[in-house]
Amino acid sequence: MNILGISCFFHDAAAALVQDGIVTAAAEEERFSRIKHDASFPIRAIEFCLRTAKLRAEDLDWVVFYEKPFVKFDRILMSTLATHPRSFRVFRESMIKWLAEKLWVKGLIRKRVGIPQERILFSSHHLSHAASAFYCSPFSEAAILTVDGVGEWATATFGVGRDRNIELLGEIRFPHSLGMLYSVFTAFLGFEVNEGEYKVMGMAPYGTPKYADDVRKLLRLHDDGSFSLDMDYFAYHYSPDTAFNGKFEHLFGAPRDPKSHFFTESSGYPAYFGDKPANYKELCRLNQHYADIAASIQLVTEETLLAMARALHVKTGLPRLCMAGGVALNSVANGRILRETPFKELYVQPAAGDGGGAIGAALYAYHAVLGNPRNYVMEHAYLGEEHSEADIKSFLDANGIRHEYVEDDDRLIERVVDALMQGRVVGWSQGRFEWGPRALGNRSILADPRRADMKDIVNTKIKFREPYRPFAPSVLAERAEEYYDLKSPERHYPARFMLLVVPVKESKRQVVPAPTHVDGTGRLQTVFKKTNPRYHRLIETFDKATGVPVVLNTSFNLKGEPIVNTPAEAFSTFSKSGMDMLVLDHFIVEKENS
Amino acid sequence: MSGNKNSLITNVATVKELLVFFWRSKIWWLTPVVLALVLLSAIVVLTESSALAPFIYTLF
Repeated sequence: MNILGISCFFHDAAAALVQDGIVTAAAEEERFSRIKHDASFPIRAIEFCLRTAKLRAEDLDWVVFYEKPFVKFDRILMSTLATHPRSFRVFRESMIKWLAEKLWVKGLIRKRVGIPQERILFSSHHLSHAASAFYCSPFSEAAILTVDGVGEWATATFGVGRDRNIELLGEIRFPHSLGMLYSVFTAFLGFEVNEGEYKVMGMAPYGTPKYADDVRKLLRLHDDGSFSLDMDYFAYHYSPDTAFNGKFEHLFGAPRDPKSHFFTESSGYPAYFGDKPANYKELCRLNQHYADIAASIQLVTEETLLAMARALHVKTGLPRLCMAGGVALNSVANGRILRETPFKELYVQPAAGDGGGAIGAALYAYHAVLGNPRNYVMEHAYLGEEHSEADIKSFLDANGIRHEYVEDDDRLIERVVDALMQGRVVGWSQGRFEWGPRALGNRSILADPRRADMKDIVNTKIKFREPYRPFAPSVLAERAEEYYDLKSPERHYPARFMLLVVPVKESKRQVVPAPTHVDGTGRLQTVFKKTNPRYHRLIETFDKATGVPVVLNTSFNLKGEPIVNTPAEAFSTFSKSGMDMLVLDHFIVEKENS
Repeated sequence: MSGNKNSLITNVATVKELLVFFWRSKIWWLTPVVLALVLLSAIVVLTESSALAPFIYTLF
């Protein structure tokens, strides 16, 4: 049975193919369209799924959309009417989008995919999230917590999954939303919503949560694990372009200028920011205020999630938890949930945000609606497109790019390890690209984790990222416990997907300084021989040469661009950046002057 | 061509389904308000393009 899941129109449009209960292909549209967080109808991702499985549209048994447009339309009408006339612009803007496109999803699927309307199903937004986590997890029974900005009406749900069924026990409804609260602060701190949340999380350790009590004025936690927001501080429920109002600014001061550089005395001032400004000290003091606000919202978010998880544990008594929704990408909070709640195991699917809804919708139809038994665990995220050696060679030859083909993989890996040890930065592209926002060793930029200056080198040469954003460590799963405060790392799936921040063991912080954050933590990726043997062998070889089973791993893209897919995109990124070596499966391209 | 026709048929069915949804959700009283506002918005759609601000696409 072939089921196609689709999510789109808000952010991170995606398509996923489930064949007899197994996810055989999944990708976000941005990887093909090259538009970051592309929300448009994911026709390229759909075509990729069908191409990968060698299917035609008529071979699809069902196409499942990840949410219910009418219920969402109902929410928009009701909430804009409730805040009329302040919400007139929101109403106008949203109607433009809804009348032009969003209301006609069924017709659009019928036209673009080419299947009869009887084969089109609709899941609901948070059910799709819940399904994306539970049905991909190895658990036969688990509590489920979904938290995001908003779906139809729900912004968070509490539930239970048992075998092939999912039951949602309760929900928190719009406008009360933890995801929106975090996004409001993301906007206040000068970052783009749905993109800059990682930056807030990265900025937080540079501050102290001295405004936590002020943040708590905005959010009231209830005994049952739910919460409500004091909407007097917000404008997002009626304004199309403002998230907060004067009362909010009265509490936290003026928002940070999005165009200004962010740095504090402890973050450093990278060379790519240019010369230090004359009022450097004053700007450091000002930025410290914003870092303190970031620390405060991060802390309150963690506290809220912990309270929600604990309440869910009381309700269900189950030892395992599945989490989904954009907030489940908050890897710092995930680490605390695992350490500080009674839940013994946690599962977060790599595309926990809206893109993941495509997988959830398809799996929900397969198991809960059609009653098929479970036979799948998402153990890795390599579900994207791959490019054959013939394609790579033909691209390199056609463009006259000097390259070397190294058939012996051990020799190739030794070359890469030598380069890393010499402080060179390597673009590493192999196999199928990753599902979700993280590069997990198939579209990665790699560097030596032992050098403290490597973070600056990678930033200066390639990423031009803000200096407070950490890089991630890829570590051999069997050796992770030596370096990270994580018992039995093989049991913790979020660590496979770089969705868990844990403390780096104190004795190892100086051993791997580059991917260790300022607060002594690491957003690790545990690498398994079974799921990525070649990447595992690379780290193993690095370990043999240096005694350190870790490499620095960051996503293979330039700032503001989606992660690369094709050899052409990998080469273009390599050429435009200061990377020294590019590996495309068995092909090596090196810069002449490096 | 037949894809467009099928899509149009599906869209007409969608309007019917939406009205049924309003009726079942007991928000049928919204229908005239919605129709009026939708007409107003349709005029806006035809007369100006929209530059969506950062927040709206997340929510609406």
